[in-house]
Amino acid sequence: MNQDFEPAILAFVCNWCTYTAADLAGTSRMSQQPNVRLVRMMCTGMVDPKYVIKSLLSGADGVLISGCHPGDCHYQNGNYKARRRVRLLNEILSQFGIDRRRVRLTWVGASEGQEFAATVNNFINDLRELGPLDTRGLAAL
Amino acid sequence: MATTARIQIDGQGPVVALQGFFRRLLGDESLSGVMLPVHLFRHGMPMPTLVTRPEQLDRADPLAPAFPMNSAKLVSRLTRGTTGERIAVVMRPCEIRAFIELVKLNQGSLEEVILIGMDCPGAFDNAHYKSFLGDGDGPAATVEFHKSLGNGGLRDGQELAPACRVCEYPSPHGADMVIGLHGADLGQAIPVMATSARGEALLGAMGLPAAEPDDRREKALAALTAARVQARDAMMAQVGARTATLEQLAEYLSGCVNCYNCRVACPVCYCKECVFNTDVFEHKPWQYLGWAKRKGSLKLPTDTVFYHLTRMAHMSTACVGCGQCSNACPNGVEVVELFRTVAARTQAGFDYLPGLSLDQAPPLTVFKEDEFQDTVSHLA
Repeated sequence: MNQDFEPAILAFVCNWCTYTAADLAGTSRMSQQPNVRLVRMMCTGMVDPKYVIKSLLSGADGVLISGCHPGDCHYQNGNYKARRRVRLLNEILSQFGIDRRRVRLTWVGASEGQEFAATVNNFINDLRELGPLDTRGLAAL
Repeated sequence: MATTARIQIDGQGPVVALQGFFRRLLGDESLSGVMLPVHLFRHGMPMPTLVTRPEQLDRADPLAPAFPMNSAKLVSRLTRGTTGERIAVVMRPCEIRAFIELVKLNQGSLEEVILIGMDCPGAFDNAHYKSFLGDGDGPAATVEFHKSLGNGGLRDGQELAPACRVCEYPSPHGADMVIGLHGADLGQAIPVMATSARGEALLGAMGLPAAEPDDRREKALAALTAARVQARDAMMAQVGARTATLEQLAEYLSGCVNCYNCRVACPVCYCKECVFNTDVFEHKPWQYLGWAKRKGSLKLPTDTVFYHLTRMAHMSTACVGCGQCSNACPNGVEVVELFRTVAARTQAGFDYLPGLSLDQAPPLTVFKEDEFQDTVSHLA
């Protein structure tokens, strides 16, 4: 493992569950590694696959998509749609050597601040193991 | 028992015999027109043409080994909305499968159209058709093509389009009527099978002689399909090895000039406005310079790999492998090989076979509450 490597992670989180959990983790002063940038969406169901693709091509080493647990979606079923899109993305990206562990979908409810902090920390640790995706230096991407 | 009739071929050959068949079909009062490839000029490309007068079928050539575009897009135009009249369309198997995909996406309708599927041995890409035709006359060259196929293969230097060489669906699915070329003796007769109630009614009314049942078509089809599957698997393994990393993918696509012809030619890319044509991708000069500074150099035009990956996300589950993307590429990027390889994965991921059944919903238009648990991570 490269000790100097700091993974860059983009997280698309839904306003109603995971963003609220992230807020809770922050106000509860839980300790998290600082490698994640949150993008607050109204729903994981509006995370277009091209947002994930663009993130990876622009230097993100991993992308987290996190929303409400099944049955809890504020818009009834956005998280189920997100699940199909992540499945699609995993099939496409793994063809080109992008490990499935770099694009993750999780459910973190509004009250689960601790789970959010652990999710982020564990994802960052997984990416440290995987190493950099290294798209940042490629002129052609 | 489905009706199987026989199109008798006399001394004038299979193209003229099929013209006679379609003339007779057009005589049916339930049909107002038939769309099929027609040589409108002595040289040049036979184009899909909507014919309403039987005498205009004199230059029709549904057997031509030319495939200038996937007619599913055209049939979508002809069936989006009603005319109160019915037409027949003559299509290759991949065109029918693409059209079925479009119907499922509400981009066309089967209500007022009779699908006549042709068994398809494959076709040349545009450049090869041009050199194949040379100075010759269209329908005559077509007969030569089928003769050389029947005699064990194409002439030296002739090669089917890359998509056709790996196509494992050389016979139509979902048609109302099938013209069975595989295994047929084009000096004798071509069998026509009714494959739906509507097709049955039309074919029955034509009063053609019945064909004696034999297994020549099944045998020819099985042998062809087996060879194609083998070629397909070899192609996919090769593309997989050549695009195992993003950097390799960028190299594979290095000839791409972002003309988006592949998207225009794609029958299942149906968005009215593609995001890649919007101002999202009208970057400012200082953005380009900023990116170039960050990386040290920036390949122009930008967003090439992004474009292809996004198109894979949008249409690969519906890809029928017709190869019009490669046909439309000005720079010889092997688009169809790449997209078929990815499509095999995405289609398997949803257990989806595009174009084969109206009942199977496109994967990203539906969901179930209890599915794909392995796609969700539990990182906490």
